[in-house]
Amino acid sequence: MSGTHANTVPLRMCELCHARKPVLRRPKTLQKLCKPCFYHVFETEIHNTIMEAKLFHRGERVAIGASGGKDSTVLAHVMKTLNERYDYGVEFVLLSIDEGITGYRDDSLETVKRNKEQYSMDLEIVSYSELYGWSMDQIVAQIGNKNNCTYCGVFRRQALDRGSVKLGISHILTGHNADDMAETILMNLLRGDVARLDRCTEIVTDSSDSPVKRSKPFKYTYEKEIVLYAHYKKLDYFSTECTYSPEAFRGTARTLIKNLEAVRPSSIIDIIKSGESFVLLKNQKKYPTPAERQETATTMATASTCQNLAQGAPSAFDPNVTRANRCHTCGYLSMNKICKACILLEGLNAGRAKLELDGGVEPTGQAALTKKLEQLSF
Amino acid sequence: MKINIEFSGGLETVFQNIRKYSIDLEAPSDGSPLNIKYLLTYMVDVLMDADSKANGGVGLFLLDGLIRPGVLILINDTDWELEGEEEYLLQEGDIILFASTLHGG
Ligand SMILES: [Zn+2]
Ligand SMILES: [Zn+2]
Ligand SMILES: [Zn+2]
Repeated sequence: MSGTHANTVPLRMCELCHARKPVLRRPKTLQKLCKPCFYHVFETEIHNTIMEAKLFHRGERVAIGASGGKDSTVLAHVMKTLNERYDYGVEFVLLSIDEGITGYRDDSLETVKRNKEQYSMDLEIVSYSELYGWSMDQIVAQIGNKNNCTYCGVFRRQALDRGSVKLGISHILTGHNADDMAETILMNLLRGDVARLDRCTEIVTDSSDSPVKRSKPFKYTYEKEIVLYAHYKKLDYFSTECTYSPEAFRGTARTLIKNLEAVRPSSIIDIIKSGESFVLLKNQKKYPTPAERQETATTMATASTCQNLAQGAPSAFDPNVTRANRCHTCGYLSMNKICKACILLEGLNAGRAKLELDGGVEPTGQAALTKKLEQLSF
Repeated sequence: MKINIEFSGGLETVFQNIRKYSIDLEAPSDGSPLNIKYLLTYMVDVLMDADSKANGGVGLFLLDGLIRPGVLILINDTDWELEGEEEYLLQEGDIILFASTLHGG
């Protein structure tokens, strides 16, 4: 050994414990870590994020939006781990949406059902048919593949809200990670969507058209580490996640970020930090306060008959709370007179009436048919 | 040389929907090294189905001839970034896992 080198630590060892062989290089810090040290920093960073944002309070019931995919499976696993390790005193419930896609969702719902046992959490599955009177297969059969992302976005968002409301829960966790957030920031920046740019970096999102608040404990967690955590821990997840023709623009932003990351590993965190520093000079929009949201969730939960939007059940979502910010058709919180889901449903139902007049048949499995093509375009 | 290839995260859809391959790899005839870089070319030439190739499947796997950013490679369960990446010389019995991080979930 040459005497010029002061570093006595063998280069092949983990940079934290200096005792074990490293298995990965962290994208965030470029540190080379062994499995136990990786688990430790991965979980601890998420715990720190939770504590800094004061995400939970003792006795709170919190839903985890569970798709059976890697992000939400790792989320459920880590929340269980941290809840036990640090005694948050939180009760977590898995909440899944069954979009009604023949041959696809079945597998991922089976995964979620196993997760329920593995993590001893309650599981609630809400179906599109139950909520909207339409399954995703039927929607695709009706409108084709062109615009179904609009439907899946609006319906999916409301489905999670309505599912939580059914459970009397006003707080949902989603598996959105740092890569997702960097993409969203970049997309809003490129579109000049200043209002969204201002809001999209928040760890807790209070939206004017949602009765439920959403949090992202993985805001600073890299996708690479989520994938490796799931892989090394051998977590049970469903790896072909259906995204239903993902927005082309998001795909472009994603590729751009991945390419940036290849030359500058800190790109993702840098974009998030930049996004956080953007501040709207004057934010004129008014969002419901946590107290208002809580009230809505409670009142909405007590009305149990109104799960079917298609049948229109105004009373359920429309008790003592002001009418001003509610959908006139279904009573769901909305900036406009009619919420987005009801507008989409109106179009669908008009189409269905026409189809029935024409003597058309409702094909099933339409969504599954197009799946292979969608996967080819990520 | 016997090499095992595995996919996770959806990449198998462009490789004939087969998740695990066990292949017998011969040294390149031009004398270039039997490394990951060579393996990537081999996979596109031999393992990727014609349908996927015709529909942009190569672009999901490679970018400018190198692995596409967002696809993780594990060599015998270790991050390939610790093993020399493209230059890693394949060894008998290696398990090479390709995990796509690009898919949501
Ligand atoms: Zn270590
Ligand atoms: Zn979509
Ligand atoms: Zn409505």
